[in-house]
Amino acid sequence: MSLYSVQKLIYQLNREPALRARHNADIESVLAEYELTDEERQAIREPDIGLLYVMGVNGQLLMHYAALRGYEWTQYIEAMKAGERKYGPVRTGLYSRAEGRK
Amino acid sequence: MSLVFAGVCSHAPGITGRSERADPAVRDAFYASFDRMRQALEASKPDALIVIGAEHFANFFMNNMPSLCVGMGDVYEGPIEDEAWLGIKHHRVAGAPELSRRLIEDMMQDVDLAYAQEWKFDHGIMVPLNFLTPRYDLPVIPVNINCQGPPLIPLKRCYEFGRALRRACDRAPERIALVGTGGISHWPATPDSGKINEPWDRAFLERFLNGKREELLAYRDDETWREAGQGGFEIRTFIAVSGATEGCTGELWFYAPIPIFAVGCTVAVMNLS
Repeated sequence: MSLYSVQKLIYQLNREPALRARHNADIESVLAEYELTDEERQAIREPDIGLLYVMGVNGQLLMHYAALRGYEWTQYIEAMKAGERKYGPVRTGLYSRAEGRK
Repeated sequence: MSLVFAGVCSHAPGITGRSERADPAVRDAFYASFDRMRQALEASKPDALIVIGAEHFANFFMNNMPSLCVGMGDVYEGPIEDEAWLGIKHHRVAGAPELSRRLIEDMMQDVDLAYAQEWKFDHGIMVPLNFLTPRYDLPVIPVNINCQGPPLIPLKRCYEFGRALRRACDRAPERIALVGTGGISHWPATPDSGKINEPWDRAFLERFLNGKREELLAYRDDETWREAGQGGFEIRTFIAVSGATEGCTGELWFYAPIPIFAVGCTVAVMNLS
């Protein structure tokens, strides 16, 4: 359920300018409205794009969110790779590493 | 009238957002094919353009995910993405709500649909519009097939949706254009972004352009995921177009892998008879 919550937060941030403005002004008040683990809250605060990727956040949500947090394209791709090196393979979901991924 | 135009194209955000990083010769040939598609679309004098896309969580999320959704709004807006990141300015785009409603009511006789009067476009629709209706002056009816958040609608039902869409268009007096936009093989939004399985793409396009229904519907998602990436699930949009143009062949106007765009860039147009 928690991965669902962090994805929902990202979904809403990506599409709702008003929430985005509040997130930029007072991120803690936004985080308090979602049922997140400490690890997820920290990953959003930093932001730790690599960790969010490894947690299993859908890449199509994360791509827009990384751009929103100011990640240039190469930086964003590198952040996912660094995340896999630091935290291990993607834990769950459509983006988990398997034989098809090389 | 009916369908006066049908085609398919790519929509990856890099196509507009990272244009300066692509090989200029290949990029410009791709853009020229998009422009040729625009000219053919305009020459068909459509009253409205239906875009069958595979959006990326701009409107629909796992709290209430429709497999198939058709826009019924007066107006749409996009992109949701940062304008500089995508390379496309924010626009408001007129809908065709009365036509939408008739098409939806007609299609509902045969397929289950959701509809939406609010809809924000992401790159999945904005990139095609940027090239095909650069003045944003053609009313648009967006259609979404969920290709991102499994469980996903089976391919055969995408095909049947396309057939139902065609029947509804045949009964409408308007001149209607149809563009499907998706994949084909790609691993977008992953560390493998830029990987493209060209043989897989060409085999798929051969089936698509020749309207090989059984062969199109024989793809299995587990195989597609392994060979064509999670982005390959977007073949659903092409298969819906195939259903809408059953019995027709198509012409491939452009195909080339452009890794910095993260997709095999495709433009194809159907011969409507």
